[in-house]
Amino acid sequence: MSLIEEVELLRRIPLFAKIEPSKLKLLAFTSQRLTYKPGDVLFHQGDPGDAAFVIIGGEADVVVDTPTGPLKVAHLRQNDFVGEIAILCDVPRTATVTATLETTVLRIEKDLFFRLIGDFPQIAIEIMRVLAQRLDRTTADLRELSAKVKG
Amino acid sequence: MEKNLYSFILKYSLKQQVIITLLSVVSFIPYYYYLSIPKSIVNQGIQGKDISYPVDLFGWGLWQFDNTAYLFLLCGVFLLLVLIQQGFKYAINYFQGVAGERMLRRLRYELYAHILRFPLHTFRRTSQGEIIPMVIAEVEPVGGFIGESFALPIFQGGMLLVIFGFLLLQNPLMALAAVALYPIQFYFVPKMQAKVRALGRERIKNQRRLSDRIGETISGVTDLHTHDVSNRMLAEFSGRLSISYWIRVEIYQRKFMVKFLNNFIQQLGPFFFYAIGGYLTIRGQMDVGTVVAAVNAHKEMAAPWKELLNHYQQREDVKQKYEQVVTQFVLDGMRGPDDQHVEPEQPVSLAGPVAVSGLVLHDDQGQPILENLSLSLPWPSRVAVVGDNGRDELLQLLARLHDPTRGRIAINERNLAELPETVTGRRLAYVGPASYVFNTSLGDNLFMGLRHRPLTTRSLSEAVQARYEREVAEAEASGNSSYDPDADWTDYAAAGADGPDNLVTVAIAALKAASFDEDVYQLGMRGTVDPAAKPDVAERVLAARRAFREKLTNGALADLVESWDPARYNSNATVAENLMFGTARNGIYHEDNLARDSHMLRVLDEVGLRQRFLEIGHEVAATMVELFADLPPEHEFFQQFSFISSEDLPDYKDLLQRAKPGALDQLPEGDRARLMSLPFKLVFARHRLGHFNDAEREAILKARKIFADTLPEDRQGAIAFFDPEHFTVSSSIVDNILFGRVAYGQAQAQEKIGRVMADVVEQLKLREPIIAVGLLFEVGIAGARLTAAQRQKLSIARALVKQPDWVMLSEATAALDPRSHAVVVKAVTELRKEAGLIWSLQRATDCESFDIVVVVENGRVTHTGSYSELCEKSARFKQMLAPA
Repeated sequence: MSLIEEVELLRRIPLFAKIEPSKLKLLAFTSQRLTYKPGDVLFHQGDPGDAAFVIIGGEADVVVDTPTGPLKVAHLRQNDFVGEIAILCDVPRTATVTATLETTVLRIEKDLFFRLIGDFPQIAIEIMRVLAQRLDRTTADLRELSAKVKG
Repeated sequence: MEKNLYSFILKYSLKQQVIITLLSVVSFIPYYYYLSIPKSIVNQGIQGKDISYPVDLFGWGLWQFDNTAYLFLLCGVFLLLVLIQQGFKYAINYFQGVAGERMLRRLRYELYAHILRFPLHTFRRTSQGEIIPMVIAEVEPVGGFIGESFALPIFQGGMLLVIFGFLLLQNPLMALAAVALYPIQFYFVPKMQAKVRALGRERIKNQRRLSDRIGETISGVTDLHTHDVSNRMLAEFSGRLSISYWIRVEIYQRKFMVKFLNNFIQQLGPFFFYAIGGYLTIRGQMDVGTVVAAVNAHKEMAAPWKELLNHYQQREDVKQKYEQVVTQFVLDGMRGPDDQHVEPEQPVSLAGPVAVSGLVLHDDQGQPILENLSLSLPWPSRVAVVGDNGRDELLQLLARLHDPTRGRIAINERNLAELPETVTGRRLAYVGPASYVFNTSLGDNLFMGLRHRPLTTRSLSEAVQARYEREVAEAEASGNSSYDPDADWTDYAAAGADGPDNLVTVAIAALKAASFDEDVYQLGMRGTVDPAAKPDVAERVLAARRAFREKLTNGALADLVESWDPARYNSNATVAENLMFGTARNGIYHEDNLARDSHMLRVLDEVGLRQRFLEIGHEVAATMVELFADLPPEHEFFQQFSFISSEDLPDYKDLLQRAKPGALDQLPEGDRARLMSLPFKLVFARHRLGHFNDAEREAILKARKIFADTLPEDRQGAIAFFDPEHFTVSSSIVDNILFGRVAYGQAQAQEKIGRVMADVVEQLKLREPIIAVGLLFEVGIAGARLTAAQRQKLSIARALVKQPDWVMLSEATAALDPRSHAVVVKAVTELRKEAGLIWSLQRATDCESFDIVVVVENGRVTHTGSYSELCEKSARFKQMLAPA
């Protein structure tokens, strides 16, 4: 795939939709495109975080270790992004992500990730939006759960 | 060592001195004739005075000479005498040089041998910077002087006497007048010179301090930078230079004043001749001829007289230098030379209990470090020493690196003080917190403790043997070591090996105990072997290559590696690699130079790709400029991703302005080469840049074949070609097993490949040969190419591999992280189960795997017992165990 085609592909991802093509080109050139086989692990819970991932194709599970065993907390599809918490908050990975299908991802190094956020407020807003959605969903789950416990 | 220069000279070079002196004396004979023959040529040969022609030589009537022939005969004799005289001069100079150099060699060797025997505490006060110039620079003039120490005064003195005698015969009064002032000069000049010499000594001392300062600056350069001290250092250095400067100024003042006076006195002679002689001539008591003769004679004598004076001054100078250096090198408490050189008659074993009684050690200032320390340790035992001050010194004493101030140490009932280093250096081992790693290979460092004497003689070809014997004879003539440094010195039996073949096998135990085996293995993987020298290893690496390939294919991991296939384009390799199908063995075919290589360009022309290289180069340059132009020059992306460095980027920017697509071939030569150099670095699978299409990649395959087939003779060695059936020379072992490129974009490819490779290496028993390759790794100055932890592990392995009776480790794992430290403690105590081990540890919690724990506090043993005993009984030990 040529760099131009790659840029076209990245433009279709909502996160990058509003970025000018020349910057997307740099992103495409400097970020790694990796292919995972089903069952391959993108990263393990507890690993140090050095990159964020955008799913270009395929699907993956997000699993958290709990005292009662592994708990699946999310399922990732095309255009989702993952791994940003560890690099934003400088904490170890909070979950394990495993590919369930043959999955292609764009791996964005920590440095480049911060550069993108700094240069493009649109990306920052997009990430905030997704994080807020996740928080909302988690809060809803918690509410539901506590209702169950009381009931 | 002789404290007096002349006893040193006479003791070691008497014979040479006699020969040189005799030669000098004998050379007077031709010299005398050489001086007298011009008179015969002028008087007899040319003017025909006092002679009648034809001359009948020897009176045999055989050789009759007329005037002309006799002139030429005399001239021939003159030439012959010149030859003889110069021949003597040559021989004398040569022998003087040789004798001097031999003595210098002996002197330097002696000094170096003394350094090796210095008591260790000397090095706390004396720095490298002071010692090195003494051995190297300061003794240099001694060598030059020794050669002529006797011959010169005898020769020049003799010369002076000859001339003086000649003058005496002519006119005794004038002769006496000519030398009348010599005694004054002989008395006063050295007196004046004495002050100059004293200044010279000052200057040398100051220079030693200067070099000491430079040495310190280099050692401490990081700390100087972190604290911004360069101004202070410069000021201090300037201060030192200023001292040197003013000393020199004073030396010049005095030295040239001496010269002035010297010349003045010298000229006083003619002054008196003219004045007194003239006066007497006017009074009619003397004739003019005598005055002129006296002036001439004085002039003749000036040269040898000057030489003699110079020699006398130099003698004083060199004598002082010699004595000064020697007194610096003969120290109290130094062991005798036999300590290191005499082999014990019977092997001494120190495999027995340690008994220390009444041990006292004071430091330089007489402050006690160890006070009345007594200790007994059973055999075999593993002992942990914890506590505070004095632990390291105790271990050093037990390894006999120092002698105690008082008290006795016995190991296996042998008094340590009476044992030579040839025993203690083999049966004991000590590793301190900063063990030194030498600038050679890992293996040489590891097996250092097995090399005490050459054990075999080399078998040499006849010519080499003759040269070698000459070297040995010369070494012996100057009292140097005549051991062959290139022979095999390794005492295999001491390490428990039978010979060179299984040395590595037995060394692995020591490497493992020090947790160093994995490091060496990794270094070995990145190292290479010469298939000609080690065909068996190369063969096994090839077997590993096949097994690795098979495993990948069977394990459905085939797409992790794209192998080198002569018939296929490798899309995970660069264009350069695909074209050359090999690795560059030197700079000629380095990636950056390909666009300028005539052979490469010819091949590209042949397959019609040159134009495409130019176009793609242009395209790549344009993309690079677009992508990277507004990044700051120091951004790491340049390093990681750009084909063009940040310094070159502006140049390419300008180049692109000049270049018009479609007319690229009209660019100047240099610009074209710059553009063409870029496509060579492209990797098809990785760089998503405009790239060669399928047909062009086919053309590259064609070029690959032409490139190899038509490679010029003189470039044959420049490339190691990839060949599935052969070991790629000068490629690392890991690359040889991989034999391809890791596929781009496959997640965790490295880890997966690493696991498969480790399996293959294990299966084919390649680990040991690879460790052997790792042992060839050059560690750099003071082991700079290793990490601090690796250096410590190497030092521990070095102490273990020679299988000493007792091993002393003094905080030898300070650079290791706590987890590795614990692993090493466990492994080493396990390895030394049946032997002796004394380990001075930082933390009491590490003592559990030892048989005995000794607590040393303030230079005394306060508690001894097993770990559990101490835990039970000693409140102090419990306190030490508690986390701070």
